[in-house]
Amino acid sequence: MSGYLKNSVKTETPGVNSLSRRGFFGMAWKGLGILVGLETLGMITAYFFSGKNKNTGAPRQLLEAGPVDSFGLNSVSAFMGGRFYLARQQDGGFIALSLRCTHLGCSVSWEADKNRFICPCHSSAFDISGEVLNPPAARALSYYPVLIENGLVKVDIGTLKERTRSGKDQLSYAP
Amino acid sequence: MRSIFLHLHPVKVSESALKLDRTFGLGGMAAILIVIQIFTGIMLRFYYVPSPASAYDSIVYLKEHVLFGPFIRNIHYWSGVFLLLIAFLHFLRVFFTGAYRGVRKINWLFGLFLLLLIVFSNFTGYLLPWDQLAYWAITVSTNIIGYLPLGGTALHEMIVGGKELNAGTLQNFFTFHTALFPLLLLTLVIYHFWRVRKAGGVFLPQKSEKDEMVPVMPNLVFREFIVALLLLAVLFTSAALFDAPLLEKANPAYSMNPTKAPWYFAGVQELLMHFHPFFAAFLIPLAVIIFLAWIPFMKFGQEHNGHWFISDLGKQSSTVTALFAVLVTLSGILFNAWVVNFEILIPGIPAIISNGIIPLIILTVFMMGFYLFYLKKLALTKAEFVQAVFVFIIAAFIVLTLTGIFFRGKDMELSFPWKI
Repeated sequence: MSGYLKNSVKTETPGVNSLSRRGFFGMAWKGLGILVGLETLGMITAYFFSGKNKNTGAPRQLLEAGPVDSFGLNSVSAFMGGRFYLARQQDGGFIALSLRCTHLGCSVSWEADKNRFICPCHSSAFDISGEVLNPPAARALSYYPVLIENGLVKVDIGTLKERTRSGKDQLSYAP
Repeated sequence: MRSIFLHLHPVKVSESALKLDRTFGLGGMAAILIVIQIFTGIMLRFYYVPSPASAYDSIVYLKEHVLFGPFIRNIHYWSGVFLLLIAFLHFLRVFFTGAYRGVRKINWLFGLFLLLLIVFSNFTGYLLPWDQLAYWAITVSTNIIGYLPLGGTALHEMIVGGKELNAGTLQNFFTFHTALFPLLLLTLVIYHFWRVRKAGGVFLPQKSEKDEMVPVMPNLVFREFIVALLLLAVLFTSAALFDAPLLEKANPAYSMNPTKAPWYFAGVQELLMHFHPFFAAFLIPLAVIIFLAWIPFMKFGQEHNGHWFISDLGKQSSTVTALFAVLVTLSGILFNAWVVNFEILIPGIPAIISNGIIPLIILTVFMMGFYLFYLKKLALTKAEFVQAVFVFIIAAFIVLTLTGIFFRGKDMELSFPWKI
């Protein structure tokens, strides 16, 4: 039987184009197999990526920090519920610094006597504007936008902004 | 029952395969520990609740209100620790007796994969208590993923399910730890054993004529039974005497000081103290894994004879290389911590050069020196040379790991164990 099949295959496919019917179906199966594999892979990837970590596009989550005048110049107030430090610079500008160290994500703490944020994990240090003073951290602390309305300081804790360096344009000033 | 157990074995086995110093029974021990992990893991799941609000409380409940609750948890904890150590020793044994050649090539790869699987099973389990130790150890470890080139940030956010640990992370880790990894582990371990059987059992030095085949029952089965009993005795004693750690409930606002990665990643974390994350967490581990996977596919002039460390020269070069590796790693750590920190010394250039390329070049110079002035003069065979490289990597890894576990105190500064 198999001998007969082999012969018939040979005689069916003479000439340059030597793709037999069997060969064709073999290739078709393989192609279909690869296609099914890719589809499954795509489905699994989509399954994992679409559900988790979705940016819901929720409206701003404003947290009211207090009246502008209650924060002295060059002072840092901790808001552990919102996981940020509200830091008022020497020139009166506000910034809400995330307490996550940019090296490996530990919580930094404000050491007033040293005038810097220090990370307990690998001793990275940041100044009052969030700028790096001591490695291994390479990026300035991330921050949340600050809005000042009717003399009240509000922090949008729904939008975390990452940055490399700190700059004046990231500060908010009372009008 | 008896026939099932006997069915797992061949009828007869070579007498020299029974000698304790051939395998030390390490592979068998690892298999027993995996079975214990599955049993105790299922038992723990009857009480554990995988949500940030209840996880910690469910373990406190287990400890305080469940008969044998702490004991079962302690067994699961210690069995996890032992499994890692024994799987690592098994890996060393297989390498140093050359049991990775020829038909065993593929099984070496499966073995490496199983070792990684055991590491990541342990890692995903580490988070589940949701206490301060778990929360911060997993925070620093997962943040390392964010430094991987090409999509490291996306991968980090996918595994963690967000920018920082949350309910999704716990759900992910719980599923990995209690479903995906055990399933893979069990399937692959069975396959791993089957391939050993297909390859003709334990790898032996060239057969001598005296080597007789003896019946498995009782010669091998009784030996296995003794090893299993001893292992269980040590495991249960540890579980009865030493409690698995449980600190206060996780508090995302306050980091532990010091925050350490799980102990088996202490080596990588120690490397991170000295190298830019791209090198410490990516390039160096990747190079090591590629080297290990490549070992059985190298073209060796002569076959490994199956003797420990190949030859007397192999033994000698391994010992000296291990000493050199310990010396170079220790002095590197101390030099970088006390004498020169390139990132602070040369602040103008990118950290990847000052803290990556420069120290790597210095290390390479030392290793080249060692090669030129010692290894080269011994006229080692290729197999002996590869063995020396392997020894260097393992010894350096062990020194880094021990330093990270025992010699890093407050603020991750170097200190002595009794001061931590």
